[in-house]
Amino acid sequence: MAGEMPFETPLVEMRKKIDELKQFGDEKGIDFSDEITRLEERYRELEEGIYSAISPSQKMHLARNHQRPTSLDFIQLIFTDFIELHGDRLFGDDLAIVGGIAKLNDTPVTVLGQQRGKDTKDNIARFFGSPHPEGFRKALRLMQQAEKFGRPIITFIDTKGAYPGITAEERGQSEAIARNLRDMASLRVPVICVVIGEGGSGGALALGVGNRVLMLENAIYSAISPNGAASILWKDASKADQAAEAMKITAQDLLEMEVIEEIVPEPKGGAHKDYEAAAESIKSSVVRHLNELSSKTADELREERYQKFRKIGKFGVAKK
Amino acid sequence: MQDTAEQINGWRGVVVFKDLFQKKRKYATLPSERHGRDMTADQADRPRREIPEGLMNKCGSCGAIQYSKELDKNLKVCPNCGYHMRLNAMERIRYLLDEDSFVEYDEDLVSEDPLGFPGYATKLEQQTLKSGLREAVVTGQGTISELPVIVAVMSFDFFTGSMGSVVGEKITRAIEAATESRLPLIIFSTSGGARMQESILSLMQMAKTSAALARFNEQGGLYISVITDPTTGGVSASFAMLGDIIIAEPGAVFGFAGRIVIEQTIRQKLPDDFQTAEFNLQHGQLDLVVHRKEMKSVLAKLLELHTVKGGD
Ligand SMILES: [Zn+2]
Repeated sequence: MAGEMPFETPLVEMRKKIDELKQFGDEKGIDFSDEITRLEERYRELEEGIYSAISPSQKMHLARNHQRPTSLDFIQLIFTDFIELHGDRLFGDDLAIVGGIAKLNDTPVTVLGQQRGKDTKDNIARFFGSPHPEGFRKALRLMQQAEKFGRPIITFIDTKGAYPGITAEERGQSEAIARNLRDMASLRVPVICVVIGEGGSGGALALGVGNRVLMLENAIYSAISPNGAASILWKDASKADQAAEAMKITAQDLLEMEVIEEIVPEPKGGAHKDYEAAAESIKSSVVRHLNELSSKTADELREERYQKFRKIGKFGVAKK
Repeated sequence: MQDTAEQINGWRGVVVFKDLFQKKRKYATLPSERHGRDMTADQADRPRREIPEGLMNKCGSCGAIQYSKELDKNLKVCPNCGYHMRLNAMERIRYLLDEDSFVEYDEDLVSEDPLGFPGYATKLEQQTLKSGLREAVVTGQGTISELPVIVAVMSFDFFTGSMGSVVGEKITRAIEAATESRLPLIIFSTSGGARMQESILSLMQMAKTSAALARFNEQGGLYISVITDPTTGGVSASFAMLGDIIIAEPGAVFGFAGRIVIEQTIRQKLPDDFQTAEFNLQHGQLDLVVHRKEMKSVLAKLLELHTVKGGD
């Protein structure tokens, strides 16, 4: 196993015990198979209990797990013939967002996603997956290119948020995000968005105005990071776990609030345990939704997308 | 972060509470303004009083003390240093629109507590007592120099102008009204960003308002965005930056990320003028910086320049 979370400690310990017993039996030539079968049974029960009750804050840690597959991992596993395209044609190429053209089964599509780094060096080059304006502008350029050639668009959302820095502000971080929100709403091709890790704030939403928004089972999505909320509420960013419980950030919460259309199941224990299985799970959902959308006209796609976001919000009417 | 009962009562002394929801609103005289850029959202909406309220007012920038009546005549711009004090939505409407021309839309929309977020319901009540408003935006129709417009005016004194479901819904309805009536749209923004207590629903209002603007834009509607101090986060990164023409008041701070967050990220102090209107003008992020005293005439001129084609 790889990338164990603290809440998996009981499982790790039990697995260790079972392995030790097996080894001991082999060395001494004693048959422990009955005990081992019993222990394996208890292991499965424990596993079932732990994985069926992952709390929101545990999901937050899962979504941020360094070993969790990134956009590029999923792009490689789900699509074929991926050709990465670069640059916003205005300033530069932001590696915190990747995008290009690929085939989904036999259909050419445009794929995009925020991209975290795989190691420290990669993370520095990619600003830990937090885009600058040029990243959002590259994304919009590629989406409008997709529209021109009638390609469906698939985006992967995985970012703590837009990069908070001087040059990002100077070059119009707000404008870049705002324009993406407005212009994604107008796209004449199907748009499917999949939240694969952390969906943080406007930097996530800037790739998120889709006909369908799907979320991996352990992904999270919120207006402000639980850490940010904790520092505002309790002046203590370390209380992020507590904030995560209150903020309704899980896929299950968002499905209930009708912000997303579907929860995409992950392999037991999280996507990082089995990249291929997680990718296969996403692929089958995306293909199914794309099939549903492919029969719609451009106007229907736009209208449906508009209505999807138009109805989000809960409020009351005061008595006069 | 909790406002004390005493502070609330202090505010009630100024705002005549029973008049708040009567048909004709009485506009409260609000106490001294101050720079908010070094405060967190929750510090910024805590009342602070150093001088008698109502009668006198202290400039938050230079400290000069003025009679509130004189200051009001000066549109709450400090006569000493030119600092543009923050305005309540109703004050701005009074300063800007032709007298008695304003008809409010959707004044009955109120926030609920969709997430059951700790303390939200109580805090909403406090914000109403403090600001005399039901939510952080007032929308409606009126005229500027006899030219009809649809306006949305945000108010920082209600929950730091944060955008929850009601703010998003009222702004979207105003945009849709402008689309339907083919009237120009002016939105005055001021906001600390997302309404954290509504989390994802708050975030999605960015997409909702921007999508409504996409339709208005495609139809050829004129949208003037006026950015006032301060405008950050989700409002800055949605409708505030989508104007055909974007104007800011002098000194108004606007940007996506807050100053404190950036300083923590880059581990260095930012220059004083960072994210001010003048800074943003220099970096190509807006069209104009307009003094509050000139705002009405500039808007009227822009509206007039867009009616030359004749319309209907
Ligand atoms: Zn002054």
